[in-house]
Amino acid sequence: MSWRERGFVTLEEISEFIPSEEYLRRHPIPIIECVEEIPCTPCYEICPTKAIQMEDLNAIPRLDPEKCTGCLLCAQICPGLAIFPTHFHKEGFARVYIPYEFLPVPKVGDRVQVLNREGKPVGEGTVFFVLQREKSLGDTVLVGVEVPREIAFEARHIRVMNR
Amino acid sequence: MSLRIEDHPLLDFSDKRKKPVKFYFNDREYKGYEGEPIAVALYANGVKKLSESPVKHRSRGLFCAIGKCASCRVVVNGIPNIRACQEPVREGLKVRSSKGLEKLEIKESSPPRISRPEEIETEILIIGAGPAGAIAAIKAADMGAKVLLVDYASRIGGQLIKQTHKFFGWRKYYAGYRGIKIAKILEEEIRKRANIEVWLNSPVVGYYEGNIFAVLKDKRKIVYVKPKKVIIAPGAVERFAIFENNDLPGIMGAGGAQTLMNVWGVKPGERVLVVGSGNVGLIVSYQMAQAGIEVKAIVEALPYIGGYFVHAAKVRRLGIPILTKHTIIRAEGTESVKKAIIAEIDEKWRPIPGTEKEFIVDAIIVAVGMYPDTTLTRMMGITHKFVKELGGFVPLRKRTLETTREGVYIAGDVSCIEEASTALMEGIIAGINAAKSLGYNNPVLENEAQEAIKDLEKFRSGPRYAHIKRALENVII
Ligand SMILES: Cc1cc2nc3c(=O)[nH]c(=O)nc-3n(C[C@H](O)[C@H](O)[C@H](O)COP(=O)(O)OP(=O)(O)OC[C@H]3O[C@@H](n4cnc5c(N)ncnc54)[C@H](O)[C@@H]3O)c2cc1C
Ligand code: FES
Repeated sequence: MSWRERGFVTLEEISEFIPSEEYLRRHPIPIIECVEEIPCTPCYEICPTKAIQMEDLNAIPRLDPEKCTGCLLCAQICPGLAIFPTHFHKEGFARVYIPYEFLPVPKVGDRVQVLNREGKPVGEGTVFFVLQREKSLGDTVLVGVEVPREIAFEARHIRVMNR
Repeated sequence: MSLRIEDHPLLDFSDKRKKPVKFYFNDREYKGYEGEPIAVALYANGVKKLSESPVKHRSRGLFCAIGKCASCRVVVNGIPNIRACQEPVREGLKVRSSKGLEKLEIKESSPPRISRPEEIETEILIIGAGPAGAIAAIKAADMGAKVLLVDYASRIGGQLIKQTHKFFGWRKYYAGYRGIKIAKILEEEIRKRANIEVWLNSPVVGYYEGNIFAVLKDKRKIVYVKPKKVIIAPGAVERFAIFENNDLPGIMGAGGAQTLMNVWGVKPGERVLVVGSGNVGLIVSYQMAQAGIEVKAIVEALPYIGGYFVHAAKVRRLGIPILTKHTIIRAEGTESVKKAIIAEIDEKWRPIPGTEKEFIVDAIIVAVGMYPDTTLTRMMGITHKFVKELGGFVPLRKRTLETTREGVYIAGDVSCIEEASTALMEGIIAGINAAKSLGYNNPVLENEAQEAIKDLEKFRSGPRYAHIKRALENVII
């Protein structure tokens, strides 16, 4: 079984798209979960430092972490909402940026339930950053959540808890 | 219980809910908002059954939501056979179910007066203001041609006006923008150009000898339009799935569900099952989740998910299961759908006994593909060919998108079921070439049409569209 049957990727399937810890510690670095060759290029076109490369217009986007400045533009523009910038900002925790198009829009400080790629709860996190739609280049809210390091690569959706 | 969407992460329906009105359906009073269709107001109130079929007395209700199927026929202020999805509610309106085959009561005995419709001429007539027709109008106008753009719908944008998600493709063709935003951009560009005349609410209903198109202007008056060139861009027609009781109210295509939910702000149901995991099925599921609807599952007959991986991932992370190798075998309910029964299927697509599962749902959304709308091109005697990969019967065409009839061009989903990006590229090609054939010249734009032809090639060169690229060779003349 592959992502084509499941509708989500496993960590093994995207291991080559996860930058090394050295880069993850520097600043938010995009984890691009775009494994299928489709004719789609906004992330590549928007990247100010050409850190995202595509061999041709149908190719899978590849990141050169050395060139990435952590600007988050790719995550805002991606029509597939498939880019999750991740930052190992302090021991034991990670900051994950999630494109989010649901209500309620979280607020900084909110506690949220963290869901994985199958929509299963894997833990809790705290919202530390919210880029509103109007400010987002791709008209999509980008929510930054601080989560325990163990679930950094699992956190793909959130649910705001009793507000 | 109201099915109205109150809060939505992307849409605001307050401009559609300005003036509350009271109206009657089968003598009961209901609340609606002025301007919204009767069927939408009733659906919002939980009334899904509008009438019964004349012979077998099967429940009938809203189905296409755009005036094309007549499933919503009712009697309004005594006038029978009114489509409830098209007729707006007004204060005090008296609506009742159709009973059998209703007859229009004719009070006077004198025959109706018939006069020959007004006839007008135009350089380029463009039929359909979806992405293909809209961009074709812009480009043909920029070449210098006088354009008449007609559409059945009340807004410019075709499918785009219902698409709240961001589109794929290249920035040049508006990738990264939401469909609704692309529709707005196209509309603004059209309004800026004095040589484009737009007739909305105006279906093209016929084609006559002498190159005359009958347009039902404002849905009221037939006008004969005699163009020098025509671009036909009517888009596609949805396919439907065959299963027991698939005609129950509450079961509809993705298009109907999207009109209800994204145009009018009314949920198709609270708990739904989606049939089909192509891009449309995945997107409509995601959009329903955004509207606060519980999507129980998406069933897919193929052993894999049909649509783009990224679309599937977006619904999977919401916890919506996609059941491959499954199909719907039956719906249950009398006045409207109450249950959906699905089953696993074998390699020959036969349901495997003992694998049935039941879902309590109040809507079933069917998204099993589309085929090109060739109603007009067939009426005009253009040569068609059946090519499965392109969606069915499609007109033969040159690379300039001119068909077997001189001066008649096609663009968008009518030429091949594809995407908004390709519809835009085709619109550019058809618009510029149609104007060029009238003698207009503009090297920059002509170059743009050449570029668009190359872009189409590139777009279709990946694994997703390679089969289309190959199949197209069979219809190029
Ligand atoms: C749910 C869904 C999601 C989609 N998502 C994407 C996506 O993410 N990215 C993407 O690139 N594409 C997407 N598409 C596909 C894209 O919307 C279509 O390929 C595109 O809209 C086709 O453009 P068109 O101009 O040919 O037709 P349409 O957009 O269908 O427009 C045709 C117009 O013609 C009018 N018309 C038809 N017949 C007549 C007549 N006789 N008289 C007058 N007017 C008439 C109709 O009212 C309509 O406005 C999606 C489609 C659907 C249904
Ligand atoms: S015509 Fe009204 S629902 Fe189809």
